[in-house]
Amino acid sequence: MNRAERRGFGSRVFDIFNHTFLLVLGLSCIIPLIHLLALSFSDRAAATGGLVTLWPVRPTPITYEKVLEAGVFLNAFWISVIRTVVGTTLQMILIILISFPLSKSKEEMPFRNIIMGSVVFAYLFNGGLIPWFLVIRKLGMLNTIWALIIPQALPLWNVILMMNFFRRVPKELEEASIIDGATYWQILLHVYLPISVPALATLTLFGAVGHWNAWFDGMILIADRDLIPLQTFLRTVVVKMDMNEFMRNPEDFDMFSDRSLRAAQTLVTVVPILVVYPFLQRYFVSGITLGALKG
Amino acid sequence: MQVLAPVVDDLKEQASRFVRYLPRLWPLYVMVIPALIHLVLLSYYPMYGIRIAFQDYKPALGFDKSPWVGLKQFQLMLDNPSFWQIFRNTIVIATSKIVTLQFCAVILALLLNEVRKLFYKRSVQSLVYLPYFLSWIVLGGIMLEMLGSAGVVNQLLQRAGVEQPIIFLGNNRTFVPTLVASHLWQQVGWATILYLAALTSIDPQLLEAAAIDGAGRFQRVLYIILPGVLPTLLLVLCLDFGLLFNAAGFDQVLNLYNPAVYSTGDILDTWIYREGLLGARFSLATAVGLVRSVLGLILIVVSLRLISRFTDYQVY
Repeated sequence: MNRAERRGFGSRVFDIFNHTFLLVLGLSCIIPLIHLLALSFSDRAAATGGLVTLWPVRPTPITYEKVLEAGVFLNAFWISVIRTVVGTTLQMILIILISFPLSKSKEEMPFRNIIMGSVVFAYLFNGGLIPWFLVIRKLGMLNTIWALIIPQALPLWNVILMMNFFRRVPKELEEASIIDGATYWQILLHVYLPISVPALATLTLFGAVGHWNAWFDGMILIADRDLIPLQTFLRTVVVKMDMNEFMRNPEDFDMFSDRSLRAAQTLVTVVPILVVYPFLQRYFVSGITLGALKG
Repeated sequence: MQVLAPVVDDLKEQASRFVRYLPRLWPLYVMVIPALIHLVLLSYYPMYGIRIAFQDYKPALGFDKSPWVGLKQFQLMLDNPSFWQIFRNTIVIATSKIVTLQFCAVILALLLNEVRKLFYKRSVQSLVYLPYFLSWIVLGGIMLEMLGSAGVVNQLLQRAGVEQPIIFLGNNRTFVPTLVASHLWQQVGWATILYLAALTSIDPQLLEAAAIDGAGRFQRVLYIILPGVLPTLLLVLCLDFGLLFNAAGFDQVLNLYNPAVYSTGDILDTWIYREGLLGARFSLATAVGLVRSVLGLILIVVSLRLISRFTDYQVY
């Protein structure tokens, strides 16, 4: 009676509004990419004339041909692949190696708290951009691929997350292994890592996305054109609007607009993220609540 | 020394256990080494480099031999009228972003929670989480393209009858609102995750009982569901304000701003980068960075203290 009435008219009107609003919001997140896609395939007159919204006008794949012909774009893509694969691997090794001992108590591992304190302090306080840059220069990493890999190799927040995850592994498993004579290496490898696959997958995916999306390090630590990562290169194209790389044949621009060329490069940069996105989605809820919310 | 006695005793006791159990424990200490080397070289060595804030740093002389100048850099900083402007901009931008984002995220979480068709809910979630994973190069490129005077947004506005194109990123009235709005758009889906997690822990029996007692849908949201996410909201706000200086968003500002909007859009981080690295005023920029780091440390420590006093949430 009462309930039936309340599920009635007002409630249904709300549902319609709510569903519509959420649909519009959801579409607003994908429409800019669709607009870019339409723009990247449209010809010069349509793009400069502002005729393109969500569908290509007089479609042509020429911008993509130009992007894939440009050596510097492909090279930057390749550098980003390298830094992502090597950088994420190194990150995970360092994270696992330090968070496993830190997940022990002070009683199990003397001086654990001192090491933990130094990690936490470094997380809360840092020297700032300038000393950080000067140190990297002093260590001779400027203008090498290592500048894109080493400074990012120890994300301290991820160390804290991983440590909290390891702490929730039942103690009995470890105690049983110690009685059986296992070393800590074996315990880490055969007890802790297999249990932690979801957490490891989460941190790996997030680490990889972070590496792929990083651009600032490439901008300040790399001067050599052949070592510029993709996002940093894309910045010169889409933010600085520098089209010099594509100006060797100025007559090309009779066929397509520089706006289409920028759109094409942006989309190629996004493709790897879209490829891993379904996997990210499976894990990121656990990622954000991982270790952070205890009790 | 009296105060330190228990600490010293504790360390001695740990040392004796360290020696006694080393044959079994040594792998743990070996595992720590690579990360400790990283910490020393890339966290603590830069902290040692903070000393150049009190020097007149000369690249040829390095951290150790550059001449000391006392607090001159800090004096320069305080005498610089643009410092106060930048400080204010940082706080205004960061606060607007935090408040707008969390307010909208709570509402979005409540709206998503009212959707009963699971497939529909999942699909919307898949879409709204996506922008979080795109870099500010990509997003900045999209915005510069779409919001420019010849971009699609102004084309549509023109068709709707707006005569002058709006230069969203080129004037001081619209720059900060555009920053806040685009940040909201990028983050709001992602920010709902914690609230949706909090919503799952609300006892369904409570909702049923309320319904039987005649509470309508809106009343249930107001009196049961909203109080259910309130603790999470306070926790997130507290943490966000603890990280206030990061919240202004260096990546976003650096890729969207231009000299025309420095008076509202320039923040501490972009200033440090521009003056320090591009302008090679290393010592001055380090001094500004030190002020930022110290204030940031105070904020985060206060916020973590507050959190641990009022909740059982513990970060480490």
